[in-house]
Amino acid sequence: MNPESSSLPDVRPASRRGSLRRLVALCRKESLQIVRDPSSILIAFVLPVVLLFIFGYGINLDSTALRVGLVMEDQGPEARDFAASLAGSPYLRVIPAETRREAGHALTRGRVRGFVIIPPDFSENLKRAGNAAPLMVVTDGAEPNTASFVENYVRGAWQGWQEHRSERRGEPPAGRSVNLEPRFWFNPSAESRNYLIPGSITIIMTVIGALLTSLVVAREWERGTMEALLASRVTRAELLWSKLLPYYALGTAAMLICVAVSVFWLNVPFRGSWLVLWLVGTLFLGSSLGLGLLLSTLTRNQFNAAMAALNAAFLPALILSGFIYEIRSMPPVIRGVTYLIPARYFVTAIQTLFQAGEIWPVLGQSMIFLLAASVFFIGLTALKTRRNLE
Amino acid sequence: MVHRIFSLVRKELQALLRDKQGRLLLVGPVLMQLAVFPFAATLEVKNNTLAVLNEDAGPESFELIQRFSQAQAFTRLLRLEGERELADALDRQRALLVVRFPPDFSRSLAAGKAASLQVILDGRRSNSGQIALGYIRQMVNTWLAGQRPAPAPELVVRHWFNPNLDFVRHIIPSLVAIITTISTLVVTSLSVAREREQGTFDQLLVSPLTPGMIMVGKTVPAILVAMFQATIILTAGIWVYGIPFASSLPLLYGSMVFYILAVAGFGLLVSSVCATQQQAFLGTFSFMVPAVLLSGFPAPVENMPVWLQRVDWFNPLQHFIVIVKGVFLKDAAPGVLFQSLWPLLVIAALTLTAANWVFRRRLA
Repeated sequence: MNPESSSLPDVRPASRRGSLRRLVALCRKESLQIVRDPSSILIAFVLPVVLLFIFGYGINLDSTALRVGLVMEDQGPEARDFAASLAGSPYLRVIPAETRREAGHALTRGRVRGFVIIPPDFSENLKRAGNAAPLMVVTDGAEPNTASFVENYVRGAWQGWQEHRSERRGEPPAGRSVNLEPRFWFNPSAESRNYLIPGSITIIMTVIGALLTSLVVAREWERGTMEALLASRVTRAELLWSKLLPYYALGTAAMLICVAVSVFWLNVPFRGSWLVLWLVGTLFLGSSLGLGLLLSTLTRNQFNAAMAALNAAFLPALILSGFIYEIRSMPPVIRGVTYLIPARYFVTAIQTLFQAGEIWPVLGQSMIFLLAASVFFIGLTALKTRRNLE
Repeated sequence: MVHRIFSLVRKELQALLRDKQGRLLLVGPVLMQLAVFPFAATLEVKNNTLAVLNEDAGPESFELIQRFSQAQAFTRLLRLEGERELADALDRQRALLVVRFPPDFSRSLAAGKAASLQVILDGRRSNSGQIALGYIRQMVNTWLAGQRPAPAPELVVRHWFNPNLDFVRHIIPSLVAIITTISTLVVTSLSVAREREQGTFDQLLVSPLTPGMIMVGKTVPAILVAMFQATIILTAGIWVYGIPFASSLPLLYGSMVFYILAVAGFGLLVSSVCATQQQAFLGTFSFMVPAVLLSGFPAPVENMPVWLQRVDWFNPLQHFIVIVKGVFLKDAAPGVLFQSLWPLLVIAALTLTAANWVFRRRLA
């Protein structure tokens, strides 16, 4: 710190005006504190990459090889043929079981996510072509998302087999039929990682922004260095900016690393412009740094500030941002709450930038809200800081 | 010795429950997560908007649109005119998916040919899109079945442990495990770091307590706090969310103790290496976030690449979620549960031994 500020406080109002030199000195102090603590480097450069890889490889909603048991109580040619076509499905890995009991046991243990039973009267029922149910599917309801995928895939295999069968037997088509032709807008291969990875950058930046800053002001209060700062000529604005700017630089660097790793290493397509990304990122960092500082200023206690940041920033970013869980499926009250969460807007903006490019109606709306959130949190922090000074 | 440990446990609990802010932070977040998670953390598709671009004038397409709009998944129907509106609806995320009837839809059906129906999904939300596509497929099939003279044989689907595929039954057991993890880590790692930073840890060290006793003194409060929070969630799960509890409570709490020991070992390890609260917090965080993400709660473990599944064996949360679900929903036999319990025992032994070793070396 520069020696002037440690001299006796000058109480003339004129001295309370900001000075660029003081701001630079404060920023330098803050940056030195960041650089000297190895854990800050860990969180800015190592953790983002590790998390990105976990999101890239670990969070995969596309079930490509679901383990499904098969109980064949009918050994007729039709049953064997269907079993072969089930085994041929690219989405299922069929594991034969001797009895229903054995298959049920495997399901309870989580060895399989479902099983198909071909009952003894399968072939007979097929001949009768009535509405009798020749096939039974049991899924593991303890994993509801996987269960509905098991159901869909088995249904698809069953339908495909039936169509194939009637074609082979030269039967006329069973009457009217509709071919569904699914097509993906953006993300043509429908890989969930293509939207999960951009979404996960939001989580990583929330961690860096809110969690790190939630500790900084509280630390100064806890260690008593805040009193020393307040006794100097430092103004509120200088104090606030000196906490924001170094962490903003850290956050921007982390975001750059994240985007670079996603695009160049994990091969997620990026269709927007880097300039717009930086702009949206700046606004988002503004809001999450602001939230962190606010919690820090309110609690003045690192332990509680960290807990509050975990609950006010990290968990909402994970659950309520629409990054994994569909916002529209939530009940109205919770949907209303999501409008107040900055991460929601950043997820929309960054997913759009990666997958679709610059779609201004979407980006503009997100940017306006993020700007408002930044102003709100930083402004409130300034207000609370003033009260603390008096 | 027991008396000394007991006083340390009491002191620890007092430190946690002393001020109002601290007490609030032990109960508040749990209640908040209980209120929000079950409703928010769902991959179901409901209340969504379906957009329709109908270029067909026949009665069949109208009938189908009628059916789509009655589904629970789509509460709003957006009618589009032309390609430009279609692009706009998807770009701006005004609809989850667009169903497009080509001009010859009714004609093909009338001619007994296969009519094509385009479904355009938003790649930014491909999971929800694919689930919604499943609904559309089912609705089309039901409609077709009603049109045919002899309906095609259908399959019978049963969802065990959760007949209606209710996400709450997936979330509450997972939440029990996640909350247990968070509170154990907070009580062990953060509290030791706080004592170190404030200098009160040195006072503990000059007392007659051995490092082993200090470890026990930090672990017991973690078990108490974590079990208390888990009980809140269990109670709410059974009485508020109405999930039937399938198996025995002692089995659940017994395995919970081993799980807490495994996590506490990690928490103590982190805190003994860290000098400041910030470092401890980040250390805790770099364990907790990957542990939750790779636990099978957000996405199934079996979807991960094989090498990551092997690494994930060391993630205690993954095994514990299987245990909680096994006891809570599946009424799994103790023999089945032991399959997931013995990895926990191994992990607990590893982390506690490591923590004990570092504790002695750094503090002696």
